[in-house]
Amino acid sequence: MSNILTVLIFFPLIAAILGLFVSQKSIRVYGITVAAAEFLLSLWLWMSFDTNEAGMQFVEKLKLIPEFGISYYLGVDGISLFIVIMATLMTLIGIIALSVKENLKNMIITLLFLEVAMVGVFVSLDVILFYVFWEFSLVPMLYIIGAWGGDKRLYASIKFFIYTFAGSLVMLVGILYVAYAYYSTTGVWSFSLTDWYGLILPFSVQKYLFWAFFLGFAIKVPMVPFHTWLPYAHGQAPTVGSVILAAVLLKMGSYGFVRFSLPLFPDASVAYITPVVIIAIIMIIYTAMVAYAQKDMKQVIAYSSISHMGIIVLGTFAMNVEGIAGSVFQMLSHGIVSGALFLLVGAIYDRRHTKLLSEFGGIAKVMPNYATIFVIMTMASVGLPLTIGFIGEYLSLLGFFKVSPLLTVIAGTSIILGAVYMLSVVKKTFFGPLTNPENEKLKDLSTKELTALIPLVAIVVWLGIYPKPVLGPINNSTKALVQLMHKKSITPKAQEIILVSKDKGVNK
Amino acid sequence: MIQLPDFSSLNLITMSPMFVILLGALTILCIDLVKPNLDKTLYVVLTMLTLFIALGVTLSLNINERGLFDTILIDGVSVLGQTLIIAGSMLFIPLALTKRRFHDFSYPEFFSLFLFMVFGFQFMAASDNLILIFVGLETGSLALYTLIAMHNTKLAHEAAIKYFTMGAMAAGFFTMGAAIIYATTGSVEMYAIAKVLQDRMGEAGILIPIIGGALFMIVAIGFKVSLIPFHMWTPDTYEGASAPMAGYMSIVPKVAMMVVAIRLFGIYMELNIDIIKITIIVLAIITTTLANMMALVQKDVKRMLAYSSISHAGFVLVAIALDTTKGYSSIFLYYGLFMFTNLGAFTMLWISRHKYNVHHDRFHHPYSKFAGMIKIAPISAVIMAVFMLSLAGVPPFSLFWGKLYVLSAIVDSGYYGVAIIMALNSAIAVYYYLKLIVYMFLKEPDESRKNVVYANRAFSLELVIGIAAFVTITSIFYIEPLMSFITDLVGASGY
Repeated sequence: MSNILTVLIFFPLIAAILGLFVSQKSIRVYGITVAAAEFLLSLWLWMSFDTNEAGMQFVEKLKLIPEFGISYYLGVDGISLFIVIMATLMTLIGIIALSVKENLKNMIITLLFLEVAMVGVFVSLDVILFYVFWEFSLVPMLYIIGAWGGDKRLYASIKFFIYTFAGSLVMLVGILYVAYAYYSTTGVWSFSLTDWYGLILPFSVQKYLFWAFFLGFAIKVPMVPFHTWLPYAHGQAPTVGSVILAAVLLKMGSYGFVRFSLPLFPDASVAYITPVVIIAIIMIIYTAMVAYAQKDMKQVIAYSSISHMGIIVLGTFAMNVEGIAGSVFQMLSHGIVSGALFLLVGAIYDRRHTKLLSEFGGIAKVMPNYATIFVIMTMASVGLPLTIGFIGEYLSLLGFFKVSPLLTVIAGTSIILGAVYMLSVVKKTFFGPLTNPENEKLKDLSTKELTALIPLVAIVVWLGIYPKPVLGPINNSTKALVQLMHKKSITPKAQEIILVSKDKGVNK
Repeated sequence: MIQLPDFSSLNLITMSPMFVILLGALTILCIDLVKPNLDKTLYVVLTMLTLFIALGVTLSLNINERGLFDTILIDGVSVLGQTLIIAGSMLFIPLALTKRRFHDFSYPEFFSLFLFMVFGFQFMAASDNLILIFVGLETGSLALYTLIAMHNTKLAHEAAIKYFTMGAMAAGFFTMGAAIIYATTGSVEMYAIAKVLQDRMGEAGILIPIIGGALFMIVAIGFKVSLIPFHMWTPDTYEGASAPMAGYMSIVPKVAMMVVAIRLFGIYMELNIDIIKITIIVLAIITTTLANMMALVQKDVKRMLAYSSISHAGFVLVAIALDTTKGYSSIFLYYGLFMFTNLGAFTMLWISRHKYNVHHDRFHHPYSKFAGMIKIAPISAVIMAVFMLSLAGVPPFSLFWGKLYVLSAIVDSGYYGVAIIMALNSAIAVYYYLKLIVYMFLKEPDESRKNVVYANRAFSLELVIGIAAFVTITSIFYIEPLMSFITDLVGASGY
């Protein structure tokens, strides 16, 4: 089946439109069925994916606007494959765990539209197509936060929209510049990424383009100082919104770094390692400290998200196979773990309608299953060996250690700080005396919630112990990426940094 | 010795679209004379038919011909301009068939005046003779002032008088500019002007009259396409005019003036006078930015759309200063797409129009009127949201492609800073478009006003909205043929 990617994009779209005719009563089953079918399709994609092949697979190309070089160009490689699967999985789990009651139909249709955009972003190889999906993903999310969110939902949703929109417009100017540069070198217009990979830009141009793209991606990640939209968005979003936002939407930014910034501007990326990494370290440590100071459970996890995204950026800018592969793996692990944590917070919020840490304490006694899953996810979030969180974090830091041991040691404190704030949440919530009488009659996880959470627990343990099936293809494609970057780089500094790490990567 | 004019150079066929429109207008007047008190549906359909024939005739014109003793120039730009003018008018006219009776549409004179106005704007697009352009401008504008006043509310009279005063001033500037140009070159024909200016460029002190003439022209054009700081009339006029008329004014007169601007500034661009280029770019930046700022604080959707159309005009204006085929083509692409989206948005206001202000003391369309529309009228809310997202430039809706081409043309010419300012302006603009979406989707409706949304509903309005929404949503499929059509025509005119 060579056009499986088209099916993956358009199946949820058609399902969303047809969903308008399904009655409110049966919409939930409809949503789960569609999301499950989409997830199975993405698993099929994995099954038929050739894991030894590093390049793009299932490539489809159809000219849309030939004169301007815009085409409908899709493909996946090891880097994007698992993010696509994670996007379909988290949508499925989000719909299963859905606890909103009013306007359920609108919610499910919106989620399906969002799924179209998410899958589209990760499989587009045409930059304009990528940009279309990237921008379009804002609209469903605006509606999800704005319609089902908390008290300040309007502020949060508009802030989210405008922040991302502003950043991506600057990126659009960058995109148009690269296209023009391609046109002036080759005489034809093209927006296809594989064509652009062959384009070697002078450093003086790369440095501006790097920052134009950086702004677009950094706001999405979000990197300090552009992170202020995220705590609001998470704080106000309904559970499913937070799950998808943390698990998939943030990954668009970090994926953008891997797919666009590094291979298109290798020299500028190397030249600006230091400023970017300093921002990353600030975001790792600063947001970890902020997370510790939060009184609201969901805010702790929101800030911890930013902190973990810092590790991903750090790994990406290690410019070697370990670092980049580690950061891609960390994207998956962060998606699974933070998604699960937001689901857990949502579960307790549905019961008590509060997320304040001070309201809880000792609830492990009344909710043992809940506490167990929460602790497992906490361990994964902290990066305990044998959980999914360890591998990505370890590889990212290992990769960056080759670039700068000192900065790596500073960044490594994130593991300690992460343990501090996450364990303090666990302690305050689950252990100690059960003082608040309202907590005494809390019910443990329902079947619905367990159905959503147990697969995630399984993945956390499975990939923690045996990451090879996922890490293998990621590694292959990352190697190809690093080789491409090395071949393309023109400044001696970039050649040195990318080459050294490549050799060590091969030895491994 | 007097040379007798050569009648073959009359070439009346070049004026055939104008004649069709003129004939239609006179027919409507004659019918009214013979048999008064006929229903407006007859006039609407007659106007529509006239426009339809004129569109067909326009599209079948031979490119690059001259007529009327070389004062009419049918090149690609003029065909494109006339096509946009006629198509915009065709979208407007069905909006007269509303459920509620409004004063303006009950006069047959409205429709013949409307056709006279189209006739005037066509002249502006089809001529490269400064005097003929002026005649066209005045014919079109005077008819337009009357059309606005015929809405017959207090605000409409204010709007018409304001527009008339400002328009008269603009006309004054235009004649002054034309006079200076004539004094410098001894001609009112643009091709002759271009030639003389090229020859005289080396002369000392020649720049002063050239730049002086250009500045007068910039002011005149600035008034008509409502560039800041010549925009003062726009919001009040749009607010006072009926919603479809406001939507119409945001497109058709501006297209006509844009064609004039392309022809006129094309001459100066050829001469490579930086100061004129920079003036246009600076005006465009100021227009876009300030209009966006002012749109942010509006309480009425119609006023917001008025400021938004000012900012769109500024955005497009940059393309004139680029002097590339892609730049000029992107102007027409942008206006072509903007026409459907913006007229669609104004029609959405029209469909919900009441005879009296029921929502607010002063405004017909305050934001609060649309609160919770998703619960009352879900399809209308979704369509309005699509128009807003398209205006904001969110892909995959139509204006995104317009923005893409304009930005791309700016980047190609090397004005990166301008491109970034324009891009960031779109990010400012998204706030006020989102504000309406937020009201429609995320606020609770006012239970007592549930019946307001479709107050003025009629089939023809829904049809126009349907067409506009269809064009806005399916843009991806026709951008390629549309753009190559435009590029071919623009390229054929030598721009």
